[in-house]
Amino acid sequence: MRKEHAINKCSGKKMYRMNGHAGGHVLKGPYSGGQVYDKLGERETRDITDDTEKWYSSTKREFLRILFKNKGALLGSIIILVFILVAILAPYIAPYSYDEVDLPNMLQPPSSSYPMGTDELGRDIFSRIIYGARVSLKVSIFSVGIALIIGVVLGAIAGYFGGVVDYIISGLTDIVWSFPVTLLAIAFVATLGPSLNNLILALALTGWTGFTRLVRGEFLALREKDFILAAKALGIPDRKIVFRHMLPNSLAPIIVLFTMELPKAIIVESSLSFLGLGAQPPTPSWGSIMSTGRSYIMEAPWIFLFPGLVIAILVLAVNLFGDALRDTLDPKLRN
Amino acid sequence: MDLMVGPNVTPEVYENVRNKLGLDKPLYVQYFTFLKNVLRGDLGTSILKNVPVKDLIAERLPITLKLGVLSLMVSFAIAVPVGIQAAKHRNTPVDYLSMTFALIGISIPTFGFGLTLLYIFAYKLRWFPISGHGSFWHLVLPVFTVGLTDAAVTARMVRSNILEVMGEDYIRTARSKGLSEKIVMNKHALRNALISIITLLGMRLGWILGGSAILETVFSIPGLGRLMVDGIFSRDYPVVQGSMLVLGASVLFGNLIADILYAAADPRIRY
Repeated sequence: MRKEHAINKCSGKKMYRMNGHAGGHVLKGPYSGGQVYDKLGERETRDITDDTEKWYSSTKREFLRILFKNKGALLGSIIILVFILVAILAPYIAPYSYDEVDLPNMLQPPSSSYPMGTDELGRDIFSRIIYGARVSLKVSIFSVGIALIIGVVLGAIAGYFGGVVDYIISGLTDIVWSFPVTLLAIAFVATLGPSLNNLILALALTGWTGFTRLVRGEFLALREKDFILAAKALGIPDRKIVFRHMLPNSLAPIIVLFTMELPKAIIVESSLSFLGLGAQPPTPSWGSIMSTGRSYIMEAPWIFLFPGLVIAILVLAVNLFGDALRDTLDPKLRN
Repeated sequence: MDLMVGPNVTPEVYENVRNKLGLDKPLYVQYFTFLKNVLRGDLGTSILKNVPVKDLIAERLPITLKLGVLSLMVSFAIAVPVGIQAAKHRNTPVDYLSMTFALIGISIPTFGFGLTLLYIFAYKLRWFPISGHGSFWHLVLPVFTVGLTDAAVTARMVRSNILEVMGEDYIRTARSKGLSEKIVMNKHALRNALISIITLLGMRLGWILGGSAILETVFSIPGLGRLMVDGIFSRDYPVVQGSMLVLGASVLFGNLIADILYAAADPRIRY
């Protein structure tokens, strides 16, 4: 800053040439700080950060434009949004409480007062499904979120430092990765005892391997890049290189993987709840409602049918959104 | 412990049982005793049924394996041709249609699909028995439940594996030599993609066995997965330990088969 000011003082015309376009245009790019000079070398008070924000928002707009040109992404995100709203507003939308027992009205088929019928205790399936959205979204978002943190930290350590640390972390990752998530999650829940929080923990402890592999690979590639070498040569501390330079550069694939892991978590949650290893009664989980539906499959098929349909719709929506996000963020796939 | 000895026992009896089960020793001693016994083929005794866990598993493992292998065959019989066609006709209606079905397939949980098949074909149409195992007809619904849902996952993987190979340099070389598209596809692309498809075989078998608990619950099949889940609920820990160990070993065995086939299919790989 001060240096530029000095140049400005001694030769205003030089500055004009250096800046190029009239009107104080600056290079397009995420620069921070600094000021723009106009034709005569007089300082303009406009900050470049303004332009940076514009640059970011224009790429963001461009990104959203490409993303939502994909009909699947649009449909998917609308459905996801509806599910989130339903989960948040559950007490206001649900016509009944999720644990309201009404024995005279048990096993009622779908009707105007019970849009999706009732279960063996006369509880309204529709209301239970609405409350079930809370369980499903909570478990999947928290478990994949924790898995992301574990995975990114381990992957970053392995990829950045390499050597023995990398060897140990990669070995551990390969071992956990080679086991099916369902089996491992059952093992964890069996040890910890069945409950919703333990299920979240189990899913997190089994789901981190994808993130570790991804971040490790990204970091190994980034480590050789010129701008990282430059940062190292400048003596910038490791912590700063990792958080300011490497992590932001691997953010896109991490976000994609996050959305790809969500539907898996939703399915494993419902599967384990179906086995009775997830949400404990009377908490309504789509999987546990379907487990009841299995016992009454002959008399009341609606008990398993509606939650099953709801799971499929949500998972499909997240998958559609994830696929579109991957295609948009990965220029190699963009045709 | 309390469940085993009951509430009205003297401390001496309690200590006696603890001692017999080895629970008075430190944890690592217990663990090594467990490992030692496993190596001898002794998986302990079921607390609930008082029979060796080994016998329980020997009775149920064949059922689970049979279902797993048959499902895998159905899955690959569908997924490989579909994946190849989708990759061959990339960005055409064939591709879109099959990948749409695959996307729907991966979005339906196995147990939901199983319950739906059960309802339609066993209850409404009465073509197949409702539950249990034994005859060929008992196998059809469970095998197709897993086979079809797994085919969706596998078809997507097969397609992307082939497309990955199609992007390799040697495919471009083959094309620039003026070879016909058919030869490029069959001799160059598919053969190389085959290697990764074989690896999938072992991986998917592991997945199918890992999910056996869910399938066996849907169709009330007395398999290993069901044994494990029942063990969890009745707190029959030796049974849980044993069945989990055997299921885990089967998964690793699937991976081992994949590695061996991998080496057999690709002369570049030698261990």
